Amino acid sequence: MNTINQKHQPAKPIFSDLSRETFDHKNQSDYIKKFRKGLSKDLIEFISKDKDEPDWMLAHRIRAYDYIQTIPLPKWGPDISHLNFDEICFFAKAADKKGGYESWEEVPQDIKYTFERLGIPEAERAVLAGVGAQYESEAIYHSLEKELTDQGVIFCDLDVAVHDHPELVKKYFMKCVPANDHKFAAVHGAVWSGGTFLYIPKGVKVEKPLQSYFRMNAMNMGQFEHTLIIIEDDAEGHYIEGCSAPKYGSQALHAGCVEIFVGEGAKFRYSSVENWSRDTYNLNTKRAVIEKDGTMEWVGGNMGSGVTMLYPCSILKGDGSSSDHLGIAFANTRQIQDTGAKVYHIGKNTSSRITMKSLSKGGGQSVYRGVLHVAKSADNAISQVECDALILDPESISDTIPDIKADNHTATINHEARVGRLNEEDIFYLTSRGIPKEQAEAMIVNGFINPIVRELPLEYAVEMNRLIELEMENSVG
Amino acid sequence: MLEIKNLHVSVDGKSVLNGVNLTINPGEIHALMGPNGGGKSTLSNIIMGHPKYTVTDGDILFNGESILDTEPHERSLIGIFMAFQYPKEIPGITLEEFLLAAYRAKQKHLHPDKPPVLVFRFKKMLRELMDKLNMDEKFSSRYLNKGFSGGEKKKSEILQMAVLKPEFAILDETDSGLDVDALKIVSQGISDIQKESGGNMSGLIVTHYTRILKYIKPDKVHVLKKGKIIKSGGREFANELSISGYENI
Repeated sequence: MNTINQKHQPAKPIFSDLSRETFDHKNQSDYIKKFRKGLSKDLIEFISKDKDEPDWMLAHRIRAYDYIQTIPLPKWGPDISHLNFDEICFFAKAADKKGGYESWEEVPQDIKYTFERLGIPEAERAVLAGVGAQYESEAIYHSLEKELTDQGVIFCDLDVAVHDHPELVKKYFMKCVPANDHKFAAVHGAVWSGGTFLYIPKGVKVEKPLQSYFRMNAMNMGQFEHTLIIIEDDAEGHYIEGCSAPKYGSQALHAGCVEIFVGEGAKFRYSSVENWSRDTYNLNTKRAVIEKDGTMEWVGGNMGSGVTMLYPCSILKGDGSSSDHLGIAFANTRQIQDTGAKVYHIGKNTSSRITMKSLSKGGGQSVYRGVLHVAKSADNAISQVECDALILDPESISDTIPDIKADNHTATINHEARVGRLNEEDIFYLTSRGIPKEQAEAMIVNGFINPIVRELPLEYAVEMNRLIELEMENSVG
Repeated sequence: MLEIKNLHVSVDGKSVLNGVNLTINPGEIHALMGPNGGGKSTLSNIIMGHPKYTVTDGDILFNGESILDTEPHERSLIGIFMAFQYPKEIPGITLEEFLLAAYRAKQKHLHPDKPPVLVFRFKKMLRELMDKLNMDEKFSSRYLNKGFSGGEKKKSEILQMAVLKPEFAILDETDSGLDVDALKIVSQGISDIQKESGGNMSGLIVTHYTRILKYIKPDKVHVLKKGKIIKSGGREFANELSISGYENI
C-alpha cells in the first residue's frame, strides 16, 4: 500500500529502483576460475588452510566430511535428486583481505557496484547499526556502532570470530545443529565459509536491528555461510538477514546454517528475507535453543529459488520458554517452496505459536511442513498453529503436511489450516470502487501477507511488498 | 443519464434478463422491486460490470454512451456506484487505506494534473463523513468489512458512496438486515449525498420491501419479475405493492 510511504516517509526503499532483472543479473567474476568443482578431503584441507584455521576447526570439518559419505539425501519432501555435488563449486573467495573492510571506501569498485544496486549503503545510512555483508564465501564488509562495542557486543564475520573469539565459537559452533543432523548439515559442516557471529552479553539490550546481506554471485557456486548467535541471559536483540542471488545457468546450492542460543530470560528476534535466483536449491537449516523464560521470534519471507526446504526450529528447552514463528512463502512458476516450522516442547509451561502464509502462482507449489512435538516432560505446553494458503490461479498448488505429536496429556494444541483462492467476487468488489484489476489483486495479496510483513522493519516491509509486486507482474519466471 | 435498452443477460448459459428497458433521468430515484430470483441483483451487477454475466442483446448507456465494453473500475470512475447486498470482507487492508486508494483513483480521473490528496486531509474528510453516519472512528483502521455486523457493512457501503460521490448509485438491498435506527441513518446518509450533488445524483433502489421507501421517496417504482419489468408506476405504486404483493401482477 502506498500509505506506508505516506505515513512514515522512510529513506528510499532498499529495492525501489530494482526490477526482477536486477536479481537475476550476474556481475562478472574472474576470481572464481581457479577453484575446482566437487567435494574432496583435499578441498576441505585447502579451505581450512586458506583461512588459517586452528586444528580443532579442521578436525570438525573432516568429521563432517565423513558424515557426508554415510548420510543419504532426505527421503521426504521435494525431489532434489538432480542436485549434482560434482558440478558445484564449494568454495570461492571474493575479498582479497581477511576479515573484510573497515569502511565502505575500501571496498573494491565492482563489488561496490553490486551492493549499490542492492541499496546496501542507503540501508546502512538509514537505520542500521551494523552491516556485515557476504559476497560469495567471504564477508567483505561490516561495521558496528561504537556504543555496542563498548557494551561488549560482538558482531563480525564468523571466520574472524574463529580467530578472535575461539573460546566462544568452540563452545557453541554446530552444537545446536550438529554436522550429523542431516546430509546438508554435514556438507555445511565440511565446507562452511563466512557468515555472521553475533554475541550479546548478559543483560545487554540492543534495540536497533543488526543486519547482514548475503549475495551469491558466481557460476555454480555454493553458499555455505554460518550464522552463530549467542544471546546471554536477560539480553535482547534483533538480527536481520536479506538474501538475493543473480541468475545463472545451472544449479547452485545454498546450504547455510543458523544457530541461535537464547539464554534465560533473554529475548531474540531473527528476521530474514530470502530471494535466491530461480535455479538455486535453498536447503537451509535454522535452529534455536531457548532456555528458561527465554523468547525466540522468527520472521521470514521466502521467495525465489527453484527448490526451498526451510523449517526454522525452536527447541523450548527451559521452563517457561516460548517461541513465535511467522513466515511467508511465495512459490511462482517452476518453484517449490517447502517451508514451515518445527517446535519441540521440552520444558514445563512452554508456549509456541506458528503463523504461516503461503502464496502460489503460475504453477508454483507451496507446501507447509510442520513438526510440533510435546515431550513427556513438557507439562502445560500450549501451541497454536495457523497456516493460510492463497492460490492465485488454477495451475498452482498448495499443500499442508503437519506432524503433531504430544506425549504429555496436559498439552493444549490448536492447529488451523485454510486454503483460499483469489476470488472473482472480491476483485469485483474492489474494482467497483475505481481500482484497476491488477491493483485490486495486489491489494488482496498484500492484505493476505500483511499480518506478517508488518512485523518486519519498515525498509524490509517495503522491500517485501515490492518483491511481491514484482512476482505478481512477471507471470513467467 | 442511465438508459437500459432491451437488455438480455445470461449467466452460465442460462437466460436471466429477457429484455429490460429502463430510463433514469438526472436527479431521479427509481425503486426496483419484485420477488426473489426475479433478476433484481442481476440487473444491479450487470450495470456495475460483474464479469460473471454475459450481455446477449441490448445495451446500457450512461450519459449517452454504451458502457458494455468497459471494466468495472472504469464504470466507477465515470460515476457509477453500487452499494453491495453482501459487501466482501477483505482482510489485511484497512477501510481507510482502501478508501484512500479509491478516492485517489477517482481524483486522478477527474483531475489528472492535480497531485494526489494528502493523507491527513483525506483522514479529516473521512472522519467527518463517518460522524454523519454515526460510525465509530475506529472502523477506519479496521480491515475492510472484516468482522463488521450486517448493519455496519451497510453503513460502510454508504460511507464509500459518500467518499466517491457518484452521479448514479445502485443500492442493492441496502435495507435488508438493518434495524429501524440504522435504516434511518443510512437513508439520511443517502439523502445527504443526493442533496450535496445539487439534486443531480440519480439512483436505483433495489429492494424486496417497501420500508426504505418511507425514508427515500422514489420518483418511479418498477416491478421486475422473470427477467422483465412487468409493471411501473409512481411513488404510490409501492404502497399498493406492500398490500397486494407481487403475486397478482
